[in-house]
Amino acid sequence: MGKRINKEDVAHIANLSEIEYSEDEIDEITVQLDKIIDHVAKISEVDTSKVSPTSHVLNISNVLREDNPRQSIEHKEALKNAPESSDDGFKIPKID
Amino acid sequence: MEDNTENLDNLSNAESAGKADERFETIIGLETHVELSTKTKMFCGCRLSFGEKPNSNTCPVCLGHPGSLPVVNKKAVEYAMKIALALNCRINEYTIFHRKNYFYPDMTKNYQISQFDIPIGVGGFVDVNMGDYVRRVGITRVHMEEDAGKLVHSGTTGRISEADYSIGDFNRAGTPLIEIVTEPEIKSPLEAKQYMITLRNILLYLDVSDCSMEEGSLRCDANISVKLKGSDKLGTRAEIKNLNSFKFIQKALEYEVGRQISLINSGKKVIQQTRHYDDKTQSTKALRSKEEAHDYRYFPDPDLVPININESWIKEVRDSIPELPNQKEQRYNDKFGLSDYDSSLLASDFEISCYFEKALASYDSNAKGICNWLMGDFSAFLNKDQISINESKIKPEHLAGLVKLIDDGKISSKIAKSVFEEMYLKGTDPNEIIKEKGLEQISDEHELESIIKEVINNNPDAVNQYKSGKVKAIGFLVGQVMQKTKGKANPTLVNEIIIKKLS
Repeated sequence: MGKRINKEDVAHIANLSEIEYSEDEIDEITVQLDKIIDHVAKISEVDTSKVSPTSHVLNISNVLREDNPRQSIEHKEALKNAPESSDDGFKIPKID
Repeated sequence: MEDNTENLDNLSNAESAGKADERFETIIGLETHVELSTKTKMFCGCRLSFGEKPNSNTCPVCLGHPGSLPVVNKKAVEYAMKIALALNCRINEYTIFHRKNYFYPDMTKNYQISQFDIPIGVGGFVDVNMGDYVRRVGITRVHMEEDAGKLVHSGTTGRISEADYSIGDFNRAGTPLIEIVTEPEIKSPLEAKQYMITLRNILLYLDVSDCSMEEGSLRCDANISVKLKGSDKLGTRAEIKNLNSFKFIQKALEYEVGRQISLINSGKKVIQQTRHYDDKTQSTKALRSKEEAHDYRYFPDPDLVPININESWIKEVRDSIPELPNQKEQRYNDKFGLSDYDSSLLASDFEISCYFEKALASYDSNAKGICNWLMGDFSAFLNKDQISINESKIKPEHLAGLVKLIDDGKISSKIAKSVFEEMYLKGTDPNEIIKEKGLEQISDEHELESIIKEVINNNPDAVNQYKSGKVKAIGFLVGQVMQKTKGKANPTLVNEIIIKKLS
């Protein structure tokens, strides 16, 4: 325990995800994430040396759609869940 | 955030240094994005649109609503295969989609569906004709992905740093996008430009995209570095964005070559960074001061199942590929007896070659004649007005008609030029123009004889000169006849008749 992920990893991911955090939060999340990863790591005990990588859990392929247009949703409907909208679009806070 | 720490962002410095320094060689790799011209988006049935009301062609899938599921557009896969095959790539029989994770509001899902380690096509090449030589540019990969939405930044300048807020329009989000990545084998800015022209032409032939650089359906980024000739050590590269015209590609890269050489010559280091080409200052500027962390944490998209592509599907797509530019060039050569030069010029422009073939369909006895008009006067007019051949008013069958009128001896080539001008301005049938303006060439011997008789009687000096052995004097007499007939007389015939009369 405490070896799978460190504070720097968590800070890096938080940065990539544009999430603000305090030092205390980083400490707390590092411990929690480490536990989660440790738990999930159990799966690596399975010998997969003779198994090809799985990209999807179902054994199906080629689920394709013909190139036929389908009615889009109403414009009003599209913007309905936006916290803010204006000029026909989603209003997005200032990007730094 | 623009980086001003480098004081060599100066065009004159950079340019002169770059051009003078032969000790360096340039290495360029290009990444091209092509928006496909399918009817619907990559993973949902929303129509593709350009210039429509923002967010009018969206749905839960392309808006990234939780619980919505993407389904792959079969046509887009086939277009991707077409492109990969035309670029001599090998098609991966098993191909999958990945999520490319990044946080930016042009994608509502916070990831872009793309391909990572198993793209649809790998290991191809394009031969780029440079006139004196052919540069074979390796194609590393061709992969499928989806385009992002568009952000419009508020405020008068439209600059992101000065905007209070941005408006997101997701009509473009989910548009099928193909990325074509070259090996770092392009050796000069001019080769880069020629590669793009060649690639665009192939894509137009394939009819998979409208390839409008202005509307952003064909876009390109360049990785560029310089190194001392003969050195094994590669230079640090810069990535140049916003190369949205053939002209900009060459200019931006020329500037960048100069900038990098200047830095090295003055003992400084080239920093690995993303730079943006600004046409106003004709220079490139660093976009971000800190080194970019390309950490997209790719993983297979669990919403999408793999695509298996078998031999028969590949064959089906391969058979649907039309004649490509180099094949067309060969055919023009063989079938119409056009020179290598003419054939390659015609085939190198998809629109002009289509126009040429339409003209031939209505008059096929003089391919060279039609070609000459296309490459000569017609191109000059189009260049002057900065329009494409499809935007001109002249119909292909009318151009063919003009050539036929000359071939039949109905109009002189001099008159043809003025008829062409009229056709260009108004789009009229040349037969109507010559009828209306009475421009038809006079090839009637009787009609000509009376005019010639008059000219001979009125110009005894020239006649005497000719008779005393000054053969050139005949030109003056022919000229007089042409003047009297307002250029409509058949000059060859006039020449013959005068000689006959004076001998």
